[in-house]
Amino acid sequence: MLRFAKLPIAIFAVLIIIFPWVAREISAISHYTDIMVFAGIYSLITIGLSLLMGYAGQISIGHAAFFGIGAYISAILTVRYGLNPWLCMFIGMIIAAVVAILVGAPSLKLKGHYLAMATLAFGIIIYIIFNEEIEWTGGPDGMSGIPGLSLFGFEFDSVVSYFYLVWSFVFAAFIFTINIIQSGTGRALRAIHTSEPAASAMGVDISRFKIFVFVYSAILASVAGSLYAHYLNFINPSTFDLFFSIKLLIMIALGGMHNIWGAIIGAGLITFMSYEWLHYFEELEVIVYGAILLIITIFFPNGLVGVPGIIKDLVRR
Amino acid sequence: METITFGSQLFQYLITGVTVGSTYAIVAIGFNIIYDVTEIINFAQGEFVMLGGLIMVFFHVALGLPLILAFPVTVILVTLVGMLLDRLAIRPIRQPSVLTLIIATIAASILIKGAAMFIWGKDPFDLPAFSGRNPITVFGAVIQPQYFWVIGFLIITVIALSIFFDRTIIGKAMSACADNADAASLAGINVKRMILLSFALSAGMGAVAGITVTPISLMEYDRGAMLAIKGFGAAVLGGLGSFPGAVVGGLIIGTIESFGAGLISSGYKDAFALIVLLVVLFFKPSGIFGSIEISRIKRF
Amino acid sequence: MNDVREENLLEVQGVGMTFGGLMALGNLNFKVKRGTIKAIIGPNGAGKTTLFNVITGSFPPTEGKVRFNGQPIEHLKAHSIADRGISRTFQTMELFDNMTVLENVMLGCHTRFRASFIASGFQLPQSRRKEEQIQSRAMKILKFIGLDGKFNEPSDSLPLGEQKMLEIGRALASEPELICLDEPAAGLNETETHVASSLIKAINAKGTTVLLVEHDMKVVMNISDEIVVLNYGQRIAEGTPEEIRNNPKVIEAYLGSDD
Repeated sequence: MLRFAKLPIAIFAVLIIIFPWVAREISAISHYTDIMVFAGIYSLITIGLSLLMGYAGQISIGHAAFFGIGAYISAILTVRYGLNPWLCMFIGMIIAAVVAILVGAPSLKLKGHYLAMATLAFGIIIYIIFNEEIEWTGGPDGMSGIPGLSLFGFEFDSVVSYFYLVWSFVFAAFIFTINIIQSGTGRALRAIHTSEPAASAMGVDISRFKIFVFVYSAILASVAGSLYAHYLNFINPSTFDLFFSIKLLIMIALGGMHNIWGAIIGAGLITFMSYEWLHYFEELEVIVYGAILLIITIFFPNGLVGVPGIIKDLVRR
Repeated sequence: METITFGSQLFQYLITGVTVGSTYAIVAIGFNIIYDVTEIINFAQGEFVMLGGLIMVFFHVALGLPLILAFPVTVILVTLVGMLLDRLAIRPIRQPSVLTLIIATIAASILIKGAAMFIWGKDPFDLPAFSGRNPITVFGAVIQPQYFWVIGFLIITVIALSIFFDRTIIGKAMSACADNADAASLAGINVKRMILLSFALSAGMGAVAGITVTPISLMEYDRGAMLAIKGFGAAVLGGLGSFPGAVVGGLIIGTIESFGAGLISSGYKDAFALIVLLVVLFFKPSGIFGSIEISRIKRF
Repeated sequence: MNDVREENLLEVQGVGMTFGGLMALGNLNFKVKRGTIKAIIGPNGAGKTTLFNVITGSFPPTEGKVRFNGQPIEHLKAHSIADRGISRTFQTMELFDNMTVLENVMLGCHTRFRASFIASGFQLPQSRRKEEQIQSRAMKILKFIGLDGKFNEPSDSLPLGEQKMLEIGRALASEPELICLDEPAAGLNETETHVASSLIKAINAKGTTVLLVEHDMKVVMNISDEIVVLNYGQRIAEGTPEEIRNNPKVIEAYLGSDD
């Protein structure tokens, strides 16, 4: 049976809780808390993508767009209209969901390559809009002065406070997603992935489930975008370009897209690579990403999460 | 200065559109060749065009090789890259699925792009036009001689390909693989070699497109992705797998883009082709010349 | 609810199906009486699987009507037809091989216990209760098909015979009124075939109507109440096993006229 063990989740939660305290004590990694905020934001997106791609088997190379929609809705509504950031985040979720339905309903009828290209095209179109609608988005220069978040009078004004905020979101999404996977809905999704004819013959409304997951992943990406905007106080379109969509793909491929843990592991590793470990390569880091993606696809189709299984098989032989 | 009438302006857009569209058409044909044989959509298709342009710049401009020599050398090199792509990224995959194949070709495309950035840097490069840059004026529209080269090479490519697929044994063998790989291999056709050949062919064609279009629109390392997706749009518009469809699709997409950029908004230039792609995918994914039956039969 | 129970559970009325000009089914008519076992036989390529695909909604017929419980269903999608009470197995074996034996059958319960996305995400008590109900239902079915001992094994680790049984079990899980079995005995050895035959009889004895495509004539003659014979997408005969056995047209279709 597909069950997620509770112990690793608990251990992971404890590790996250003590992370800022440990990082603060070791000066070489004291800035890791900041990177972990981004890792959390990206995990939020990859958790949804993993459900969409790994479990339901639907490809998206356009999720940077939903990330961007969340970020820009939050930025525009707070900066230009002075609305409450939480309300903006909620509006962003709704708009992302509506866009996901509009794009997803016709797209998800498409098979493999067509779906990939449709989401790719959608992502680029949204990116062009961010660049061109200068009155709204500030164009290529982006928007600054986005306010931080506060809750019941508590101001999120430090890295550590955002760290806990973002990772609370990640845990909520993680648990919610695990619950879905372990329920009849998750079973239906896995069924769709294996055999659409059999799934529909058993009464699974395939297009409905696909759209649900697409919308769910879009909402998570949108929330991530809002958090990103409020944390950085500044956004510009280049964050939401095609390469970011591909980076998301690398994250879940590296971690292993058939397992929600893979989403978090992949997001964490790629975030640390791009913010820290690959600085030496500067812009040529793209070659490293390409190599990682190719090696993973050829040799570790189940990502890093699948590695213990490979080792077990080797030992058993 | 003579006054530019609205009519001559429209004609200018049309000429530019057809020229750019010719490039998309060649990319679309490249998609079709690989798709027909393997049912793979090669997301790295645009990188061949980019490599064609930049390698040509290296041989022709940097090394000073004459055009007549640099051209074939460039095409051969890019063809080799295409074969390497098959050998290193596609063939090693043990359990090919749509998802893994898409990811593998995306990986290859960012690898190629990264390598190009490493070699050539981020600046765009120009290439001398094949027969000078003295434009001719027709109905008030300015036509660069290079436009004829681009369109001419599209026509040559299409003729050469149709001879190849209809008249030669290898070409017929490739078509057989496209129809039914299992039957083809039973008939003694080496399917793996045909796949390799399909990558070689479409890479070589991409190079030709890149070489001919660079004198018009320059070339830089990151142009591949957009060329690929517009070429795919052309292929889908014409009906994936259809060669005449690819040509018509490419010309339509190029023209729409040119008119859209000229009449509506130049900032949204790239968006027009993508919107066309989405509209086609949403409402008639089988394209103009494709049939639904064929898309049902295909595995992916 | 429709109180007037139709005598004929399924009626196929003038169904035709063409693929790009090729006729797979032509003006097909037949009825399946409630509570019976009806077999569809015919040479390879006669259109049997196509007929199944039309009945279960994989694609709509080019012409004609399919009535289930008196209601037209030919325009419905596969999942809605499943909701109405038709379930099926596949000739090509479409088990969910990334799931355990139990999960496969649990998925079969999908039409009867539908959990909402939100409810399952928040693990609301109702969704947990549903999950338990589904599980106990699925275990009962596994017991019925004799696979309860292997409930936790990956479905693709089962031998072919048991995989066939499992597919039938999965189809039963939705408590269908009509179950369509596409070659349940194909590839089975004699013992397994015997098990399959008695299982089908047992299913029928519980009141489920069975429509069956099968090549193994022993099975067909043994368990069917009525048989339809197809050839080139047309009905060439219909009747009891006895009538079909002696029908010259059928003999000709199977053995071919000597030319």
